[in-house]
Amino acid sequence: MSKITNAFTAGKAFIPFITCGDPNLETTERVVLAMAEAGADIIELGIPFSDPTAEGPVIQAASERALENGTTTDDIFDMVRRLREKISTPLVFMTYANVVFSYGTERFLSICEELDVNGLILPDVPYEEKDEFFDCCTAHKVDMISLIAPTSHDRIRMIAKDAVGFVYCVSSMGVTGVRSEIKTDLGEMVRLVKETNPDIPCAIGFGISTPEQAYQMTRIADGAIVGSAIVRIVAEQGENAVEAVREYVSAMKQACLRG
Amino acid sequence: MSKGRFGIHGGQYLPETLMNAVIELEQAYDKYKNDPEFNAELTKLFNEYAGRPSLLYYAKNMTEDLGGCKIYLKREDLNHTGSHKINNVLGQTLLAKRMGKTRVIAETGAGQHGVATATAAALLGMECEIFMGKEDTERQALNVYRMELLGAKVHPVSSGTGTLKDAVNETMREWSGRCDDTLYVLGSVMGPHPFPTIVRDFQSVISKEIKAQMLEAEGRLPDVVLACVGGGSNAMGAFYNFIEDKSVRLIGCEAAGRGADTPETAATIATGREGIFHGMKSYFCQNEYGQIAPVYSISAGLDYPGIGPEHAYLHDIGRAQYVPVTDDEAVNAFEYLSRKEGIIPAIESAHAVAHAMKLAPTMDKDQIMVINISGRGDKDCAAIARYRGVEIYE
Repeated sequence: MSKITNAFTAGKAFIPFITCGDPNLETTERVVLAMAEAGADIIELGIPFSDPTAEGPVIQAASERALENGTTTDDIFDMVRRLREKISTPLVFMTYANVVFSYGTERFLSICEELDVNGLILPDVPYEEKDEFFDCCTAHKVDMISLIAPTSHDRIRMIAKDAVGFVYCVSSMGVTGVRSEIKTDLGEMVRLVKETNPDIPCAIGFGISTPEQAYQMTRIADGAIVGSAIVRIVAEQGENAVEAVREYVSAMKQACLRG
Repeated sequence: MSKGRFGIHGGQYLPETLMNAVIELEQAYDKYKNDPEFNAELTKLFNEYAGRPSLLYYAKNMTEDLGGCKIYLKREDLNHTGSHKINNVLGQTLLAKRMGKTRVIAETGAGQHGVATATAAALLGMECEIFMGKEDTERQALNVYRMELLGAKVHPVSSGTGTLKDAVNETMREWSGRCDDTLYVLGSVMGPHPFPTIVRDFQSVISKEIKAQMLEAEGRLPDVVLACVGGGSNAMGAFYNFIEDKSVRLIGCEAAGRGADTPETAATIATGREGIFHGMKSYFCQNEYGQIAPVYSISAGLDYPGIGPEHAYLHDIGRAQYVPVTDDEAVNAFEYLSRKEGIIPAIESAHAVAHAMKLAPTMDKDQIMVINISGRGDKDCAAIARYRGVEIYE
């Protein structure tokens, strides 16, 4: 069992996301430490991309700020190297295909293996294009996470069959961002995944911000993913966001455990 | 390897949320592209609404002035709405209608594609929303008004650099939120499969007509065809039916902005490298970490950091050649064609005219050149006047 899949064995998982380099990498490093200490089961580290077409305004703005202050992929690798001396929480990079492709897919993933980064999410690489990255991920013990969306329908079985790590269930149409209501029939999506691949955990993301939503989502699935709500705390409080994020992650983790 | 490849380029790099939308589009296109009724309706729109076939005009004054080969101009500027964009838009909007969609959305740079889409939507009774970089809404204020006049809603996009690439980002985001009743009418031979193929097919009417018109006028094929390239739809349309005719040189003219050796450029083949962006693998202007570069050109329509995947392939195999043309050269050509032939070209098309002015004198008198005048230049007059230091208020 991979380190990612294993993270779902101790109850429902809470998976926070952070855009690396907003407002700076020193703050990101402290925020990630706080997330780990507050009980995050897996942490998603966003490598900022200039044109994040799957993101809503909150993560777009954070990515722009991170790039404006000069954050690079190599700087983020250095931060993870420092973090790995302190935490063993499973880590997943979330970025866009060009960031990995341009760095050199093999070179990028061999560094992931060296740093014990355990997963990779590329929202602009669908099932049809995954082979280009998947084999290299496997060779370096990195789970390339598959996404399914409310529009996936007949594609869910095909995607679930080859899924590793966990399946990222996109809760709503559109881009990332906080939503007051989630209307998709997520139970049916998760059921189709499990029918095809009973051992793969499912985590729901996009739109989740409150403990109540996290509780509802983890009643249906194995975990909840939260991005924009955390990125917004950092946007509002900057370098002082560490304690607020710690409290938030702790409350969300407790809500997931009830799920 | 996935579908829609041109050599190593192309593909379908887009969020899972949109995969069934592009698959649905591909299936609809496969069904209708050879459907006699669909094609008859499109041809009728081309001929009776858009004003096709467009003229192939022998530019006598320019030919004599440059003293080299014979120069013909393919007059896409004479189409309804003033550019080649209408060819693709009529095709895609008609397809959207057949698919049961009630709403079209599109990105626009200079505003030509936005105006064309708003026009087709008005004609075919569909809702229309256009995404346009904030900077471009200011550069091309008149086109914003035209789109609104045609019943479209225009959204200024202020994220990123506020230009064409950001307009594409925002249109993709909008489509991923609402694809059940909406088709993204992509404006160039770019994006995920099947767009590069669909747009190329609808634009290929340009080279089909050039071929027939040239055979009638000269009894033979041209020696060279020139077109400007941003994403590359007018160029792909002008090149496509000549790809198998190896004697015909194909030259795409990229926007070099202040120079291909400066950071203020949009010359993708000259300065970009292989990447994955906007749904496709192709060449892109980007930094060492794969961040897409904030490109620059005086032309809002060529101010794009990538190039369509089929052009990338034609470049790789050496079938087409791509040359950079600066702002200065394009503005000179804009003025030259206006004075020499009484034709004001779009600043985009003026990039092709500029290279023609260099190339024609080096060719023999019995050789023939075709320049695709992809659009008319009325929309650019205020900006060019400003470039020359004259303030004009629209």
